[in-house]
Amino acid sequence: MRRWTLLAVLALAVAFPLVARPLGWEFYVGFASRIMIYALAASSLNLILGYGGMLSFGHAAFVGAGAYVVGILMAEGVASAWVSWPLAVAAAGALAAAVGAVSLRTRGVYFIMITLAFAQMIYYIAVGMKAYGGEEGLNLPARSSVGFGLDLKDDATFYYVVLGVLIAALYAMHRLARARFGRVIEAIRENETRMEAIGFATHRYKLVCFALGGAVAGLSGALLANQNSYVNPNLLYWTQSGSLMIMVILGGVGALYGGLLGAIALLVLEEVFSVYTIHWQLGVGAILLAIVLYAPQGLAGLLARRRDG
Amino acid sequence: MAETPAAILRVEDLHKRFGGVVATDGVSLAVARGEVHALIGPNGAGKTTLVHQLSGALRPDRGRVAFDGTDVTAMAFHDRVRIGLARSYQITSIFRKFSVLENMVLPVQARSGSSLSFWRPRAAEAALFDEARRVLAAVGLAGREGVAAGTLAHGEQRQLEVGLALATNPRLLLLDEPMAGMGPEDSERMIGLVAGLKGSISVLLVEHDMDAVFRLADRISVLVSGRVIASGPPAAIRANEEVKRAYLGEEVAA
Repeated sequence: MRRWTLLAVLALAVAFPLVARPLGWEFYVGFASRIMIYALAASSLNLILGYGGMLSFGHAAFVGAGAYVVGILMAEGVASAWVSWPLAVAAAGALAAAVGAVSLRTRGVYFIMITLAFAQMIYYIAVGMKAYGGEEGLNLPARSSVGFGLDLKDDATFYYVVLGVLIAALYAMHRLARARFGRVIEAIRENETRMEAIGFATHRYKLVCFALGGAVAGLSGALLANQNSYVNPNLLYWTQSGSLMIMVILGGVGALYGGLLGAIALLVLEEVFSVYTIHWQLGVGAILLAIVLYAPQGLAGLLARRRDG
Repeated sequence: MAETPAAILRVEDLHKRFGGVVATDGVSLAVARGEVHALIGPNGAGKTTLVHQLSGALRPDRGRVAFDGTDVTAMAFHDRVRIGLARSYQITSIFRKFSVLENMVLPVQARSGSSLSFWRPRAAEAALFDEARRVLAAVGLAGREGVAAGTLAHGEQRQLEVGLALATNPRLLLLDEPMAGMGPEDSERMIGLVAGLKGSISVLLVEHDMDAVFRLADRISVLVSGRVIASGPPAAIRANEEVKRAYLGEEVAA
């Protein structure tokens, strides 16, 4: 049953750009790409927040770092995705490792505050980079080049690349959750003291988890820079971290598809509500409240309940 | 010091203070290899604080802890477990949402290679699960593998609590009130379990149940207000006037 649902969703996702073109829905191909990029970003936060139980409130910094790496390299004449995307991943991962090394010495609300503070620092660094547009940001003259005769300028091609990356990332997360490492970080979330008492260097595992989440966020940033053809400091602003956190909570904290469902829900709600009112956040807020109160497992939890029931 | 020391654990002049409260006030103690050494004392004597310092959960202000001839005073909690110094908790600390089997796999996993493995499913590692099942059987939890740990009966949770520490393969096990809150039947099972460890591993047993202590212990140390006031074989402790006054008398009278 579950397998069939997955295959049906995959088939729809693959077919979408093919039917969108004759129907004149090109706009929605780009919109779907944006959803999938945010799904990747939210999933990477879910790795840290949901699986690892670390309430990081600075995730946008890692997304932004990845975006800036692609933007800056492009401005310096390096357009190849095979160079800039891995570098975006490495840079964001290294940044997350550094932030995590300091932040993970604290707990609870202090951890939230210190990750937020680091992210804001990085935001101001981006604002201060006058050579790369400062507050205005940086226009990308083109999308990254991938070779093989593929052109990311074509929205459908870009869509398929994003889809491929998202599927690969979700599959890797699925593997990770069942591997030794995933079992360890979930157990640390459940009872960190006991994990130490049975011989695990819990701090090290949390740091690796944090850096991994940051690295995947960097990949989503690389894609986002391409999607927008534009990078600016707003990508790193703390409200972006908040949006990612809302996606994770909406979709399902610690659920494999939590980030995906949350990104779909938040971006679609935003799109729908903003047609009617500029106060669309009010509507989103009400729905978020309802989810937190009545479905703490998020949309993924609701779907699972329906399947079992 | 190349020769094997007679004591598996040697504690020298340990001090710990929390603000104005002196919790550990110059404790010196030795646990001999293979013995069950009981640590008794009234509530608030600082027994659990001492266990925290021996296990590495707390750093002492002053003094020295040597495990099997190695100074471990500055060694991290998890590293002490790796060299064979493990503990259990007075207040049950298990993975409540995980199954009993999954609980027990974790300490086995901790001592069998790196867990920085991101791709291969852990479920494929039959050796981990076999060993976890073996320890579960040893602590009397065979047949309960699939149950969520949080839904076990109190006595069973205590067995799992001790089992988690035992599964780390310790050479010295610090048991912090393993019989806490247990009925007579469960206590009897736990006494049997600890008695079965005798000879194969050393045990430092913190316990309030005097019946259990006198049945199990090879030697007893008495902790009062953060100091060891007496240490010796059970008969000597039972006869010790100072111990009677400070502690045993009231218990026996009660």
